[in-house]
Amino acid sequence: MVQPYQTTPLDAERAGFYRELLRQMVQARRFEEKAGEAYAQGKIGGFCHLYIGQEAVAVGALAAVREDDYVFASYREHAHILLRGTSSRAVMAELFGKRTGCSKGKGGSMHLFDVERNFLGGHGIVGAHLPLAAGAAFAAKYRGTDQIAICFFGEAAVNIGAFHETLNMAALWELPVVFVVENNRYGMGTALERSAAVWDVYRRACSYDMAEEIADGMDVLAVNETVGRAVERARDEQAPTLIEARTYRYMGHSMADPIHGHYRTKEELEQQKQKDPIEHLKGRLLSDGLLDEDEFKVMDGEIRDEMEDAFAFADESPDPAPEDLYTDVYVE
Amino acid sequence: MATVTYRDALNQALREEMARDPDVFLMGEEVGVYQGAYKVSRGLLEEFGARRVVDTPIAENGFAGVGVGAAMVGLRPVIEFMTWNFALLAIDQVVNSAAKMLYMSGGQIPIPIVFRGPGGAALQLAAQHSQAFESWYAHVPGLKVVAPATPYDAKGLLKSAIRDNNPVVFLEGEMLYNAKGEVPDEEYTIPLGEADVKREGSDVTIVCHSKTVAVVQKAAEQLAAEHDVSAEVIDLRTIRPLDVAAVVASVRKTNRCVVVEEGWPFAGIGAQVVDSIQREAFDDLDAPVLRVAGADVPMPYNKHLERLAKPRPENVIEAVRRVTYLDGD
Repeated sequence: MVQPYQTTPLDAERAGFYRELLRQMVQARRFEEKAGEAYAQGKIGGFCHLYIGQEAVAVGALAAVREDDYVFASYREHAHILLRGTSSRAVMAELFGKRTGCSKGKGGSMHLFDVERNFLGGHGIVGAHLPLAAGAAFAAKYRGTDQIAICFFGEAAVNIGAFHETLNMAALWELPVVFVVENNRYGMGTALERSAAVWDVYRRACSYDMAEEIADGMDVLAVNETVGRAVERARDEQAPTLIEARTYRYMGHSMADPIHGHYRTKEELEQQKQKDPIEHLKGRLLSDGLLDEDEFKVMDGEIRDEMEDAFAFADESPDPAPEDLYTDVYVE
Repeated sequence: MATVTYRDALNQALREEMARDPDVFLMGEEVGVYQGAYKVSRGLLEEFGARRVVDTPIAENGFAGVGVGAAMVGLRPVIEFMTWNFALLAIDQVVNSAAKMLYMSGGQIPIPIVFRGPGGAALQLAAQHSQAFESWYAHVPGLKVVAPATPYDAKGLLKSAIRDNNPVVFLEGEMLYNAKGEVPDEEYTIPLGEADVKREGSDVTIVCHSKTVAVVQKAAEQLAAEHDVSAEVIDLRTIRPLDVAAVVASVRKTNRCVVVEEGWPFAGIGAQVVDSIQREAFDDLDAPVLRVAGADVPMPYNKHLERLAKPRPENVIEAVRRVTYLDGD
């Protein structure tokens, strides 16, 4: 089902860009590994949805947007906010529920926000943030700026009413918005094939006469190119796009859920891991001589140190004060 | 002072606020070309253009969310629901997105939005088109809830709601659109959260809002003329934040209270008002506080049954006679 990895040669002049994408994917993964560890230690509560396996999608996509573009994501959004430049300290502290977190400990894993970096959540109701992203795109158009909005959601969200209502309005009103379906094949424990009548998610776009794209969501360069086209379409032509990025989640739906079991086999999981997005890009860079193993080790070491530091920062940070309970309910 | 309808008072508020602030826009079903299902937006498309008066598909959840998204990045949307009955489809956006965004973002993202439209029963529209939702929205921290009874209040409160930086649920009375009243020629606003004494009195306090204000005023006239009872009529105007001080001050004076609302009795606005009174004016009460509410049933279509389901002046008079012990006890 997933397209074979592209085999076009890498462009040596872009080696810096490739290495940066690799660094971002490793950063996202190491953050999630650390978060998983912290969850197991009881330092993170509630629901915690990890992104491991899907890194190529957010990394490739967000490398194609500008700092002043608006980014909306679902509750599986730790990587997305890090990619906007929010510090791993602020994000980890939010997962720990600490006052130093990016939402002051009031949002948690599912409600990460950084308005300065135009990262606008962190939304916990499946599909409900699609109209929000369309609204930000509406505002950009209303004001005559050339900003766009990009919205990430899982494939299970395409069956909810908000998806259809939003795609219709985005196409009807020619809003500069890019919808990225992160098709990791399972909505919690329900396979796409058991929840949708149409299995090629990108085909849903034709109902709204909207541009459609499909990308190998395990290939960061493919995602980057595809999203780049859609961003251009949004910015230059005020036309929305529905992108299906086919990817795979290595972990359970949330940390509270089994990694495999009734809904998928261990064998399937192991097979999917053979297409790992980090190993894939790393392998290509190594074989093309654009990266050497020592360089990678140094980079990985730095990232591991960063996550140790984020963990320690979050752990040592203060809880919100009791009086914070009643602030931020209303604006004065 | 000009005499205008409630509908036109709302129209004036929209027109003035859109002229005042280019970030204010109106979005909803039939608000533009059709001039509004209830003509509240009459003439606005011609004056402000399709960029700022936006007709939508029938997709309440979708366009409510578009409004919230626009508010997240600083615009000031006014989202019209053709009626609040249809807004149930959008309650996820009103509650989960608009009301909670500020809090769950740690104070980063205010939502300056107004959701408005007619609520309550009209005439023989039956169960799905005849509901008063004040208590549903008033339950939610993060929302403000406004329900004006007169053209003067409707205009002044809508202007304040549009200028407010919080999400405001603005419930208009479907049966009030033709109600006439005096509205000043000069600009004015009415702060949210302030009740208004619609009639002064000394024997009993009657708390009401929206359409029930007219019902209560009729009852108060009859009480004065036929029962020798002087009723003070308090119009809450804003349900959340609730002007507890105004209610308590009146109860301290009259020592008796009846709370009237159009919505269902269970967990209704009246229950909240009674809770405040029993805590803050317990020693001032000479009788238990009674409530008059809509009948605890889905609204029937039959006009005789429908009349029985709505609060009427005679229900209010009966309750007042009980709290003043005019019927014995």
